[in-house]
Amino acid sequence: MKDKREKIIELVDITREFEDGVVAVDNINFYVRKGEFITFLGPSGCGKTTTLRMIAGFDKPTSGKILLNGEDISHLAPNKRPINTVFQRYALFPHLNVFDNIAFGLKLKRFDVVYQDKDGKKIKKIEKLKKSEIVAKVEKALKMVDLEGFEKRSVSTLSGGQQQRVAIARAIVNEPEILLLDEPLGALDLKMRKDMQLELKEMHKKLGITFIYVTHDQEEALTLSDTIVVMKDGVIQQIGTPTDIYNEPKNSFVADFIGDSNIFSGTMVGDKKVRFMGHNFDCVDDFVKNEKVDVVVRPEDVFLMDEGKGQVNGKIISSIFKGVHYEMVMTVGKTEIVIQDTVERKVGEKVSLFIKPNDIHIMAKNFSSNKYDGYITKKNTVCFGDGEFECDVTQLYPNSILDEEGYLITENGEKIDLTDVDVNVEVGLKDIEISDDADLGGAIGNIISIIYKGDHYQLIVRTDENEEDFVLDTEDTWNENDRVSVIIPKEKIKLSLKQEIKR
Amino acid sequence: MKKFIKASYIFIVLAFIYIPIFILIIASFNSERVMGVWGNFSLVWYAELGKVKDVIFNTLLLAIVSATIATIIGTLGAIGIYYSKGRAGKVVKGMSQIPVVNSEVVTACALVMLFIILGLSNRSIFGLYVGHIILCAPFVVLSVMPKLKQMDSSLYEAALDLGATPFQALFKVILPEILPGIFTGFMLSITLSLDDYIITAMLAPLGYDTISTAVYKALAHATEQSGKTIPIYRALTTIIFVITLIVVLAMNFVSKKKDADGKREV
Repeated sequence: MKDKREKIIELVDITREFEDGVVAVDNINFYVRKGEFITFLGPSGCGKTTTLRMIAGFDKPTSGKILLNGEDISHLAPNKRPINTVFQRYALFPHLNVFDNIAFGLKLKRFDVVYQDKDGKKIKKIEKLKKSEIVAKVEKALKMVDLEGFEKRSVSTLSGGQQQRVAIARAIVNEPEILLLDEPLGALDLKMRKDMQLELKEMHKKLGITFIYVTHDQEEALTLSDTIVVMKDGVIQQIGTPTDIYNEPKNSFVADFIGDSNIFSGTMVGDKKVRFMGHNFDCVDDFVKNEKVDVVVRPEDVFLMDEGKGQVNGKIISSIFKGVHYEMVMTVGKTEIVIQDTVERKVGEKVSLFIKPNDIHIMAKNFSSNKYDGYITKKNTVCFGDGEFECDVTQLYPNSILDEEGYLITENGEKIDLTDVDVNVEVGLKDIEISDDADLGGAIGNIISIIYKGDHYQLIVRTDENEEDFVLDTEDTWNENDRVSVIIPKEKIKLSLKQEIKR
Repeated sequence: MKKFIKASYIFIVLAFIYIPIFILIIASFNSERVMGVWGNFSLVWYAELGKVKDVIFNTLLLAIVSATIATIIGTLGAIGIYYSKGRAGKVVKGMSQIPVVNSEVVTACALVMLFIILGLSNRSIFGLYVGHIILCAPFVVLSVMPKLKQMDSSLYEAALDLGATPFQALFKVILPEILPGIFTGFMLSITLSLDDYIITAMLAPLGYDTISTAVYKALAHATEQSGKTIPIYRALTTIIFVITLIVVLAMNFVSKKKDADGKREV
């Protein structure tokens, strides 16, 4: 952000841990500039509302500081802060009419006025707003939200949209420095929501005050904001303009949350070349060779061509008309990719796809374990990564045991044949050993990469047949292109069912 | 046939409830002292109400004062309970329910013992008022609580947000919101106090009577001097019944009108 406007509010190392030990907000840092429209975006439970409540003063941070114009307000009472809130369910006062709801804050306002008496002595007086001033301000606020003439109406007789407008008027009439909006459009229908979005944006322009907005609706965030803060599990994932966040998501969570996207696990295979869907694509991002990455491709960036003419061939398995475009799903081998195009391809049609290097967005992967698709064999071993490994199948069902014939007996005494059951396999980087002896391990491959990581080496062993990779940490020295077998202790193979077995 | 049985069942139940009251009302206009004998239509017992005016005054003062104090304590208690969190909150919530179902005689005995332990007289005006407040307060909590639960929980925060101090938020937002519950609680307290016998009988100073204790004494000693007041209480209970009837009808009328208004506005 190369904005010259000054920071109005800044959160420094803010953490909020609830009494039951849940950490709602985990050490977040960010600032908002004067006049900015900033949006907290994230799924429910990501800490966005808690953050807003701390700015409003309804919640106090466990640690950290909230600075308003450079002053610490972390422990200031909410009624002392020049900040007003538009609540999720409006929170209008049912016993007051529209006028009294909006005038509520104005009537409470007290300010010091200094007079000078005859002797030149200063006398300080605490004064209220004059009734005529209050009326004028309320009228102005009602005009702002297009509700002139509604003063005497009871709030319970208003529609959802009108109540929303009263809630906004009630907040802005106090001329706050910051307006907080907690999912204010959540209760409105789609059409009304779209209209209110535009109106809010217009209002923000006219008022010139800072808006801090909370929503789980990515489209709303993209439409309204100058800046978006994407949150997950109490941690900020990315801060940026809507364009930045959409085009350059920092990780797969942001990519997945903002807009529709295809996310693939890929491997860098050369200089600006990435391999996914069994093909080496040209791309524009520079990453170290053999690094595991996440690849994001937006559905609208995939072009469909006749079979054989594009980069990868596949088959259309579904097509849904979405108004402006068709949303189609194509399978390439076992991988699925979602495509949006204005030209429909029929289900079952064999097609080819093309993706421009510019539209392939590559993100560093936080690689902490090897993940594979596998299946259980007749001998209760597991096949994955071009190999067969001994494993403990009883972990698939809690408290289950194996009987003498190799059937699994569950807690409830059910007998299950696990042969050919699809499973997810996970193996930690430190749990894989390699050996020169080809007969020792479950899979065989060549070492294709060795990266020194300070106190250990990170190796990648790639198999011959399907080019499956085993990433492992080791302290031993090996050479590239060494042929090794992969050994994984039985208890280190973590299995989970792909889906419940039909009995 | 089924319909007839249904209707007559309700009729019989209502008859059981109302016939004794009607007999009482008719008897109040009987010039004869004895219930079974019909003399003339007369207002003599109404004219003699003045003889028991102390009893009526004691009863009304006790009801109004203790209901008012119980309403204040109960309302504040309900708000406190509603906003209390965690395990302590749960315990307090549970404990506040017990006095409602607790037997009055237990409350009365407990108070007598408490006053004795504290070295106070076991029969005093002060003790009597304390007893009635203790009797009524839980019912106020009970009638205010649902209103608090119905209230949008962010109203209090909205008030703070708009610059109200916690005290202002309480008076300007929360109390107006739960006012119907407070009113119900107050009315309930008045009725409870009015017809309470056990606590009054055990805690009131000797010679200090409310309507319920006076009626009981009159009946128990029908042959003695105090027995002479019996027919007066027929007149008094008739008046109480008529007042109750008017209040109930008025409240129904008001709430119906409110409903109709609400519907029209929507």
